[in-house]
Amino acid sequence: MIAPAMLVAAVFLLGVITLWKRRSPGYLREIPAFVRLARAVGLSIEDGKRLHVSLGHGGLFEARGGPALAGLALLRNIAERTSVSDMPSVATAGDSTLGLLTQDTLQAGYQAAGVGEAYVHTMGRISGLTPFSYAAGAMHVAHNENVSTNILLGHFGPEAGLLAESSERAKATLIGATDDLAGQSVLFASAQDALIGEELFAAGAYLDARPAHLASLTVQDIFRWTIILALIGGSAAKFIGVF
Amino acid sequence: MRVLTAIIAIAVGILILLGYFLPQAAVVQVVLLDWAIVLAGTAALIGVFNLVAVHAEKIRRKEKNGVYSAILIIGLFASFLFGLVLKPQSDFMQFVVLEGVIIPVEASLMALLAVSLLYAAVRLLRRRADVMSVFFVLAASLIFLGSVTLPFGDIPLIGTLIRPWVSQILALGGARGILIGVALGALTTGLRVLFGVDRPYGGR
Repeated sequence: MIAPAMLVAAVFLLGVITLWKRRSPGYLREIPAFVRLARAVGLSIEDGKRLHVSLGHGGLFEARGGPALAGLALLRNIAERTSVSDMPSVATAGDSTLGLLTQDTLQAGYQAAGVGEAYVHTMGRISGLTPFSYAAGAMHVAHNENVSTNILLGHFGPEAGLLAESSERAKATLIGATDDLAGQSVLFASAQDALIGEELFAAGAYLDARPAHLASLTVQDIFRWTIILALIGGSAAKFIGVF
Repeated sequence: MRVLTAIIAIAVGILILLGYFLPQAAVVQVVLLDWAIVLAGTAALIGVFNLVAVHAEKIRRKEKNGVYSAILIIGLFASFLFGLVLKPQSDFMQFVVLEGVIIPVEASLMALLAVSLLYAAVRLLRRRADVMSVFFVLAASLIFLGSVTLPFGDIPLIGTLIRPWVSQILALGGARGILIGVALGALTTGLRVLFGVDRPYGGR
């Protein structure tokens, strides 16, 4: 009963707050990783280097697909912005369906920028289908393809450490986010800027502040505070012996 | 065409979602997921072609480290041919390809990862000397010292009291908080895709 109620509430709030955000966009707190990311996109075009977006190996048929969808939203934005560069961005995925969507998203970004003919299907790649084979393939891209910034946004486990090491060797910036706890701790220790927890899902709002993206952040905040209050209330009720 | 793909994707998404809550929609959900699994198999095949195309291009252009691309393509076709002729369950495939190549290579990467992580932890405070980093290194050191096996047993206090308290109270609470945040983020991202606000399909 709780799950459908949460779902209906989320849909309702998302709709209402999207309409409200169209009138007053609101304010986003500064997250250093997104400041660095926005700068990296501009610098990569000026430096004649490319961005590498790694979307992880989360399949879309499982619970780990959420971070991959957030990564695709970011990729769409980056593809549109860097499509005119001499060194276009590349994206790697570790799942077959995610790989197809990666190519489609890149192509959509190029078309939106009006340079659809410049899109080459090898810009979106499936570099391996197991966590380590994926990391090995993505390491090769990070190290050998004139990459200035590696962006890891998706489902990564501890193998993210290998990508971080490869990025470090190539003297490239690394920005990382994953839903996996082990992966988050690895990225916190290895990346210049790591995104923790739900910050992973805020990428769309920070790079392309559309009302729906801003509204989804507000909905998350509302639910988070509701859960916090429920936890505190439940603990207090148990403490005083209500149940 | 774009509108049509969006309508199909939204309709299928809603039907699959309803399948979790309504028994009547569960039958349709199973059929749609079966179709999706077939499509995923086809996507894997396309992925292999993509992999070959990327690395063949590197060889053709004589790019730096192109020799690794050649090894990858040779390995891919050799595995495919041997698997086709000898069947994947054969001793050759199990002992030579799987236990002789794939598992040792992945184990080597795991060993490399252990060294990389140690190195990253050492450099962390030099790169980012803030409160969070200090707590991170402190917590990791306490857990490490509390878990390490020594000839004389656990380190007094750390192994018996501090490590369980840090891992079972502080770390577990933090982990649950992070996972709740991730779940909420996945929920709203999924809804954006479900209602066609974010469309990672169907072109522009």
